[in-house]
Amino acid sequence: MTSQPLARQPAYDVARFRRDFPILSAEVNGKPLVYLDNAASAQKPRQVIEAVEHFTTHEYANVHRGVHFLSSAATERYEGARVRVQRFLNAAHEDEIIFTRGGTEAINLAASSFLAPRIEPGDEIVLSVMEHHSNIVPWHFLRERHGAVLKWVEVSDFGDLDPADIARAISPRTKMVAISHMSNVLGTETNLAEIVRIAHARGVPVIADGCQAAVHADVDVGRLDVDFYAITGHKLYGPTGIGALYGKREHLKAMRPWLGGGEMIREVTKDDVSYADPPNRFEAGTMPIIQAVGLASALDYIDSIGRERIAAHERSLAAAASRKLKELNGVRIIGEAPGKGPIISFETIGIHPHDLSTILDREGVAVRGGHHCAQILMQRFNVAGTTRASFGLYNSVDEVDSLVHAVTEARRVFGYG
Amino acid sequence: MDDSLRELYQEVILDHSRHPRHFGALPSHTHMAEGHNPLCGDRVKIFLQLDSDERIQDVSFEGRGCAISVASASLMTELLKGRSVTEAEQLMGGFLHLVKGEDAAGLTEDDRDRLGVMAGVSAFPMRVKCATLAWHAMKAALDHEGGAKSE
Repeated sequence: MTSQPLARQPAYDVARFRRDFPILSAEVNGKPLVYLDNAASAQKPRQVIEAVEHFTTHEYANVHRGVHFLSSAATERYEGARVRVQRFLNAAHEDEIIFTRGGTEAINLAASSFLAPRIEPGDEIVLSVMEHHSNIVPWHFLRERHGAVLKWVEVSDFGDLDPADIARAISPRTKMVAISHMSNVLGTETNLAEIVRIAHARGVPVIADGCQAAVHADVDVGRLDVDFYAITGHKLYGPTGIGALYGKREHLKAMRPWLGGGEMIREVTKDDVSYADPPNRFEAGTMPIIQAVGLASALDYIDSIGRERIAAHERSLAAAASRKLKELNGVRIIGEAPGKGPIISFETIGIHPHDLSTILDREGVAVRGGHHCAQILMQRFNVAGTTRASFGLYNSVDEVDSLVHAVTEARRVFGYG
Repeated sequence: MDDSLRELYQEVILDHSRHPRHFGALPSHTHMAEGHNPLCGDRVKIFLQLDSDERIQDVSFEGRGCAISVASASLMTELLKGRSVTEAEQLMGGFLHLVKGEDAAGLTEDDRDRLGVMAGVSAFPMRVKCATLAWHAMKAALDHEGGAKSE
């Protein structure tokens, strides 16, 4: 993609968007904040902050429970947020959206409620070496508790994943393909539609970890035909404590409950219990109602700018950062798959990611150093950790230069130039 | 570069991190433990050889980590040789105070001089664990625990 504005669209006014995010005017260590840790969590625009405040001030009560005015207003907002997520992902039905605490809980829900009851010892789950731990450990649970076998699909030296390797990993015993839609370390955007086509041809369902892709790409679960899709709100400029699992209606209807408690039942007697239909079946107890409302407002904010425009802007920044970092001596980019998202992992020869992160922080530049909850991927690339710069809708070309300058400074501190 | 950064990455630290002393396994060890910082994946293995009087006759380490953790491990091995188990634990207690910016009065003047290069870590709370990793592993080795987390 290029940084040229799309035809018949106003130029991408990053200065204007930056003003929507109060925290971006902060200083860190006496330097302007350069926030490049968006893959870990994104900052919040005042539209989200104000939506949360307004809802809490004027419309808050528990949902689905009372017949009083506020309960009815809150229920309307909460269910409205569900419809908002449905539209964002282009799901066919609103009852295909289950609110969760985040992406991790979404994947755990699918593992526990959908797959666990279907696993016989020796059954297989196919996943890639670039999964986040949240899309690994729930499947390890099934290995430990139900005898499932994990089949790992490799990535190339550039960090791309060949769908044909997924095809090769699928056997008659495969019960699920669990795959990231965008790597939180390499930025690789997988060809999810093709992976789903391959898996479905063999009768295997697919769950995608969309925690990064939902932020940096236009996700359409209908077109992808994916069975389950996990997202998290706090990376989408929304509050923490809210995420969602999309699941095809036929799967959700067949799934057993997840947590037991209030609101997920039809009837409870001394001897028996029957369960509500999805999505309520999977939303036990009081849900993060305020956060759901905040998430809906965040999705409104994103769509008011336009996901394609945001993606084009972010990817042009990442491409520039990648190019400029490579011009420095002793910097190696890890993950250069074609069409990748705006997440750059790199290694600075002779400088540990934590030392680099500390020095960058002194320059006001917030990045992440470490294994990024992807230890298997670190082993694949034979590194203890990487430094990761990840871009969001509010980052600017100047910030790319700040990053490159700070890395140069770190190399100087360590005596490399 | 600001002063706290210059203090943290002073030449002695960089030198120890690039050329760690007593680096490598110690085949004749009597005690060994591995320290692991789950936050960053850093690992350090400490080998100790104790004589019949419970004195540290030899010590070494191996592993990978940031400049702070490697330099801290390297410095530690330099200071431990010849000390009794009790003295080693006292040294560790003083070191933990030092890197947290607390009163390290328990250290002798000589030890404080030699470990003083690590005091800059106290300005970086997120990095204290890096500095203490090897020390916790050393303690675990003495306690025969075999593994330590830097907490």
